[in-house]
Amino acid sequence: MPATTQEPAAAPADTFLDSNELVLNMGPQHPSTHGVLRVILKLDGETVLGTDCVIGYLHRGVEKIGENRTYQQFAPYVDRMDYVAAVSNGLGYCMAVEKLLDAEVPARAQCVRVILTELNRVASHLLWLGTHALDIGAITPVFLCFREREEVLKIFENYCGARLTTHAFRIGGLQYETYDTFEKECLAFCDLMGEKVREYHDLLTGNRIWVKRTKGVGILNADDCKTYGVTGPLLRAAGVAWDLRKAQPYCGYENYDFEVPTAESGDTFDRYIVRMQEMRQSCRIIRQAVDALPSGPIKGRVAKVIKPPKGEAYVSIEAPKGELGYYVVSDGSLKPYRVRVRPPSFVNLAALDRMCRGSLVADVVAIIGTIDIVLGEVDR
Amino acid sequence: MPSEPWEGPLPSSLKERFGDGLESAVRLGGQQLLTVALPAAREVLASLRDDHGFDYLVDVTAVHWPKRERPFDIVWILYSFEANERVRVKATAADGESAPSVTSLYKAADWLEREVFDMFGLRFEGHPDLRRILLPDEWDGHPLLKGYGILQQDSAWVRENLKIESAQ
Repeated sequence: MPATTQEPAAAPADTFLDSNELVLNMGPQHPSTHGVLRVILKLDGETVLGTDCVIGYLHRGVEKIGENRTYQQFAPYVDRMDYVAAVSNGLGYCMAVEKLLDAEVPARAQCVRVILTELNRVASHLLWLGTHALDIGAITPVFLCFREREEVLKIFENYCGARLTTHAFRIGGLQYETYDTFEKECLAFCDLMGEKVREYHDLLTGNRIWVKRTKGVGILNADDCKTYGVTGPLLRAAGVAWDLRKAQPYCGYENYDFEVPTAESGDTFDRYIVRMQEMRQSCRIIRQAVDALPSGPIKGRVAKVIKPPKGEAYVSIEAPKGELGYYVVSDGSLKPYRVRVRPPSFVNLAALDRMCRGSLVADVVAIIGTIDIVLGEVDR
Repeated sequence: MPSEPWEGPLPSSLKERFGDGLESAVRLGGQQLLTVALPAAREVLASLRDDHGFDYLVDVTAVHWPKRERPFDIVWILYSFEANERVRVKATAADGESAPSVTSLYKAADWLEREVFDMFGLRFEGHPDLRRILLPDEWDGHPLLKGYGILQQDSAWVRENLKIESAQ
């Protein structure tokens, strides 16, 4: 069994065969690891001395597949990485190829992209909230969250026929025009969420058990976040108001009025608050985008056969879990020479050890939940 | 892709300090790209972090060009929160040559370098625990090498551990 990467901090040097130390295996078949994550815990009683993640159980070689498919053929594959935020994955990939092609995306397509991506962000956060609360022992939120998430999935289904792995976007714009009641349904969902987020707050925010299980647990401060490359709600909960939608706007995000929620202490509770606020902000963006939805074409002038010139580009977007980047290298042929995905879940998960040291075994469950990982994206 | 020389205080201060260690500084499609000699890579990254505020290592990856004399590109992507800027640093490596590890500069490099090792077989000098991360430890071969087929697998490992003939 592989040892932990670093020596645990608190082990006294002069103890002869420390009898309190125990190595405990958690997962890969464990409901709170959100898939097939295996964590090897080194414990002293109930206290975690160190962790080691064993990942790769879901490795499908997505980057290798990318090199063996044409640019268009690879687009559906990216949906299968972070499958609860498939729309964001697709957006990042399409934008990277558009950058290589130097292709313009029409305004209407940009706007629909924003609406669908923000809907997907809400859906991803809802799934996170439900399962995270379930891990900690609150049964009710998961039912409520899935109920609301269903509304998003219905919009996706009406839009493109798929609920989860949507393949909603195409290189250069969109494949499908929106349907008749699209705007109405999006606005109705925003209205619904306003009310429902309040309901989740009523259930959890003041709940003593919830507060005790999350406050001060799994702290990751801003400096740690930066050195570990941790982004997304984890970084914002540590007080850094950094969001790629604001820092390096894409898809016309500079035209929308929204805030980047932050918190102070970088613990599990703060990350919960940040994500709750992000759901509201996403709804705010959706409303503005629906109001401003221009008419016009939905696909730019992109050749049927996509053959970017030789070159390379790195394009990243703010996915629900953090910075999702695509580094695409073209050799001028029909297939990408190299597609590198910079997955937020993978990089964020690397900070698990830092967050777990010194906490209790039960907190490990809360900490894995709060990072918000999807193993499909970690393992690719 | 349109490429133009990148001039400014950052490339010129690096040029002054590293001389031939910095091979080129260009804007490729508007993105800042530095090409460095592999032995200088760690020092360049240290200077970018300490003197120029690039405090976030976004990604480490590699590209395999089997026909080239030095067949590997190693790519580091950095970001500065203060300047809101990205820079890509690139170096080439020969077969069997190790790259300097930047784990002591950025903790994010730990898993990212392990993934490059796993996928390309490139070693990182100074990495505290360089072992495979996505594939099993005993796996034979590095899948993102261009010579590794799309259907290729370590059949012996699959037979022994999964008790099936093929994982395809």
